[in-house]
Amino acid sequence: MEDADAAAVRLACAGDSSAFRLLVERHSRPVFRLAYRVTGNQQDAEDVVQETFYRAWRQLGRFESRSSFATWLHRITVNCALDHVRQRPRHVQLAHDDSSPEDVAAPAGSSAGEVPSPDRLAFSAEVRQRVVSALGELSPAERTAFVLRHFEGHSIEEIGRTLGLRTSATKHSIFRAVQKMRRALEPVTGWVVSLD
Amino acid sequence: MRHPSEDDLVLYHYRESGRAGEIEAHLGTCESCRSSYRALTSVLAAVESAPVPEPDGAFEARMWHRLEPRLADAAGPGWPAIFRPSRLAFAGAVGVLVVAAFLVGRRYPAAPATPAPAPPTEAAASHEPARERILLVAVGDHLERSQIALVELVNSQARDEMDISSEQRRARDLVAANRLYRQAATREGETAVASVLDDLERVLLEVAHSPSKLSSTEFDEVRQRIESQGIIFKVRVVESNVRERQRQPAGDTVTAQTRS
Repeated sequence: MEDADAAAVRLACAGDSSAFRLLVERHSRPVFRLAYRVTGNQQDAEDVVQETFYRAWRQLGRFESRSSFATWLHRITVNCALDHVRQRPRHVQLAHDDSSPEDVAAPAGSSAGEVPSPDRLAFSAEVRQRVVSALGELSPAERTAFVLRHFEGHSIEEIGRTLGLRTSATKHSIFRAVQKMRRALEPVTGWVVSLD
Repeated sequence: MRHPSEDDLVLYHYRESGRAGEIEAHLGTCESCRSSYRALTSVLAAVESAPVPEPDGAFEARMWHRLEPRLADAAGPGWPAIFRPSRLAFAGAVGVLVVAAFLVGRRYPAAPATPAPAPPTEAAASHEPARERILLVAVGDHLERSQIALVELVNSQARDEMDISSEQRRARDLVAANRLYRQAATREGETAVASVLDDLERVLLEVAHSPSKLSSTEFDEVRQRIESQGIIFKVRVVESNVRERQRQPAGDTVTAQTRS
């Protein structure tokens, strides 16, 4: 859909807000997912979606069509989400949505089509709760670096550029994030590994 | 080799290690490191279960309705540069200087007359050709891409079984862009351009919705339908007309449009 995105961007640059609406409708879900990963909160993620598209609208004249609109928007989303997390008070940083088990399609470790046992369901719920809680313990930089590396597949160098950090600082953010995840999760995952 | 540290294993896991070969060989021989690595991958796999709620069906509409009033207030890309806040601040500063100069000037002999500055309405009107020019450039590029896609399709060598799935993907993408340009052309009163874009959209939709595997007879039928509508010729004519208008100085574009 890159042609359609490029067309919409060019029309939006000429002041056509309906073309920009199309971009909002097409990209707001992926933006939301990334924003949620970084903020850990649905309302904050929606605010980040708003801010991302607002900034995109204002900076659209600077968008270079050599890169894809989605990539450009992704970078703006990361910056908006990080700003958002840095601005909120520390006690809010630790608060996270409590998602019910129904929110997740498949329990951790199960494969599609397999009917999970009650034990497996309980284990998955425990793992999810620990993951959410551990992500909440990460600092904004650790969390963003980890999300970009682990979920979005960005290289450490790219993450450093996005966050304005040196490569070594970016690596350390990721190492600290992984250490915290290990501390939170190994008591349960280690138990399963020992059974394998 | 010495045992890799936990950080080494993290980099190895994310394919960011400069010593991947060495670590891999070590893991093949060291049970203790293999066990550490298994624990790490198991933790990182568990992280995948972090839930992300799926927004409801009205999410996109809600986002747009919250955003739209903000965009109207903001100096966005469609605003003439002269109206952007930074420029307005600059214009305000210039205004103060002009008033100050006027007041000072009253105390001194009159200077020779200078031409009056252009009225603001002219500045606003000058945005219209710029907007039209952006549309022309965008439509010209789109017509060129569509023309290439259709020419490549009709010139394809017919075989017993044709696979046109890549042409269909291209056509689907062009349809989405075409729709936007057609709507914009209609809004701008570019009826001739809008009409050809309308014809083009029908042909692109036909290609996009054909079966992806065609016999040589079916492919010939598609080709004949494209050729019989003369769409490639129409697209070529409108594209060259649009390009010609792009080359003209900004002030002449409206005249050229009236002529065509």
